[in-house]
Amino acid sequence: MSKKKSGGLGKLKGFVGNQLFIPFIAIVILAVVNLVHDPAFFKVVLGLNNAGYPVLSGSLITILDYGSELAILAIGMTLVTAASGGQDISVGATIAIAGSAMLRVLCGGNTRPDTIQAPIIVAFIVACIVGMLCGMFNGMLVAYFKIQPMIATLILFTAGRSIAAWINNNELPIVPDPKFAYFGGFIPGMPVPTTVFIAAACIIVIALVLKFTNLGLYTQAVGINGSSSRLNGINPTFIKFLSFVILGLCVAVAALIKVSRLSTINYSVIAKDIEMDAILAVALGGNALSGGKFNMWASILGAYIIQFLTTTLYKFNVKSDALAAYKAVVVIILVVFSAPVVRDYISRMAKRFAPAAKKEAA
Amino acid sequence: MKKRILALIMASVMVFGLTACGESGGAESTAPAADAQAEAGTSSLIKVGIINNDPNESGYRTANDKDLKAMFNEANGYDAKFSYSLKNDEQIAAAQNYIADGVDYLLLSAADTAGWDSVLKDAQAAGIKVILFDRTIDADSSLYEASIVSDMAKEGQTAVDWLAGQGLSEYNVIHIQGVMGSAAQQGRSGALDAKVAAESNWNIVTQQTAEWNAEKAQQIVQSVIDAGTPFNVIYAENDDMAKGAVAALDAAGISHGVGKDVIIMGFDCNKWALEELLKQNWNYDGQCNPF
Repeated sequence: MSKKKSGGLGKLKGFVGNQLFIPFIAIVILAVVNLVHDPAFFKVVLGLNNAGYPVLSGSLITILDYGSELAILAIGMTLVTAASGGQDISVGATIAIAGSAMLRVLCGGNTRPDTIQAPIIVAFIVACIVGMLCGMFNGMLVAYFKIQPMIATLILFTAGRSIAAWINNNELPIVPDPKFAYFGGFIPGMPVPTTVFIAAACIIVIALVLKFTNLGLYTQAVGINGSSSRLNGINPTFIKFLSFVILGLCVAVAALIKVSRLSTINYSVIAKDIEMDAILAVALGGNALSGGKFNMWASILGAYIIQFLTTTLYKFNVKSDALAAYKAVVVIILVVFSAPVVRDYISRMAKRFAPAAKKEAA
Repeated sequence: MKKRILALIMASVMVFGLTACGESGGAESTAPAADAQAEAGTSSLIKVGIINNDPNESGYRTANDKDLKAMFNEANGYDAKFSYSLKNDEQIAAAQNYIADGVDYLLLSAADTAGWDSVLKDAQAAGIKVILFDRTIDADSSLYEASIVSDMAKEGQTAVDWLAGQGLSEYNVIHIQGVMGSAAQQGRSGALDAKVAAESNWNIVTQQTAEWNAEKAQQIVQSVIDAGTPFNVIYAENDDMAKGAVAALDAAGISHGVGKDVIIMGFDCNKWALEELLKQNWNYDGQCNPF
């Protein structure tokens, strides 16, 4: 019996060591809390929306829907974190810039056009270019001028929303074409939110990139030791730069969803504080915020967990201005558990416990 | 060393770029202002310092700013400078600058009601006339010449009285609040809170702040829909948030508007919001003054 116990313990230890342990535990805790509080949380119903098309609804769908932007941002943020050992705090502001550029193209500088002035795909490509330019700006400062990522991105964090407002002359244009709303809502006849497909597409793309290119390997190498990776023929400056450009692309996709949700923009509040959630997603995935090794899936899972947490807190009728405080508690717990002191202590405790179990077996 | 110098140049370029961006909104007004100063001796432009909230805060503020700019320009005989902030301390710093510049008038829409006494006393000592617009402050009325502000309490009361007049047998209200502590939020929340406390058939389903943010309002309403709690009124403290709430209702297939299941109430009377009223998708919109 005791032998079995020690075997179980070994497995448990292996699992605890796994990076997916923390996000997994978080999901279990959230699921149990919701199950106890109200099992209807997990109910998904097929209904009709006001346009008369079938749509799925329920808290789980809400999590998948609203977690999409965050999951997409988490992809880019994970790469930036791994390569540069720092975070981009300007993603919210650059979403405003990319979204504003998109609306400028769609509405042609007119606040209330009768029809869209350019195809949506053109507007989206422009937004991608703008997002990547912002990424290049950040990447240049970090990779070539060796500025701390948080300081470098502070520039766009501060100035970004003013730039976004300036792109549209401080107007708040409204997109007249109902097709534009599909990206942040539902395609008629498709009961699953479009955002889920967009997020899935991004996840598949990054999965293929990580599988068939050396991006993942190079990024980790640069993050662990930049100079030794250079000695091995990797250009650390370019890899860091590239990670910011990829994040810029992710920002453009997230901007499409954000702007599409309401077919308009509000520069000062769109995607407000989303950078913190994106960084939290990376941390929740158990990735070291100081760079190096990363697990993309854990970050993406982390993003959905944050939305799970947000939805749960809304469900419990927690004051929405207090949400940040609850997230802060999560961050504190995470940081404490990943601190070397605490980890050492836990592994020492585990060692002390393991020999005892062995002795028992003998 | 070379790198360091380069970084220094880069940093100064950045700082320069930053200020350029920060002022982009007011660029139109500052350029002619510089000209005006040069010829101040000959012409008789009235110097005005205008302190407002961020024009991007809401559709209301954008229209308000546009109106001010249309009025206070050189063509109309004003040398106007604009500064924007949602933070009280930054607004006070701007006011001190205007006092040092020796403006004739100071127009003020305060971010917060408190903390204005000392700077307004300085203005008074310098012979500057202060006019409050849109938002009121807690200061002695001798410190300002005029106060042209929205009566938020009345606005809230009018909305609640209208709602009471609808004669529903039961009021289950989703109350979406603005930024907590702002005069607009206090006035619009106050009237509803009092009514809910007084009447037994008025219930608050949920009371949350969406901080004037449409997207947050959408999520709040979505969470109520997911929870399956019945409601028949959405009382959103501005148009943007009402729009977000309606987006959630549309996705869930809940009918709203005149004669439908859910009453939609907004504030500010943006043009697009009035169009929603015309289409009978919304029921009520409270009016503020710049339109």
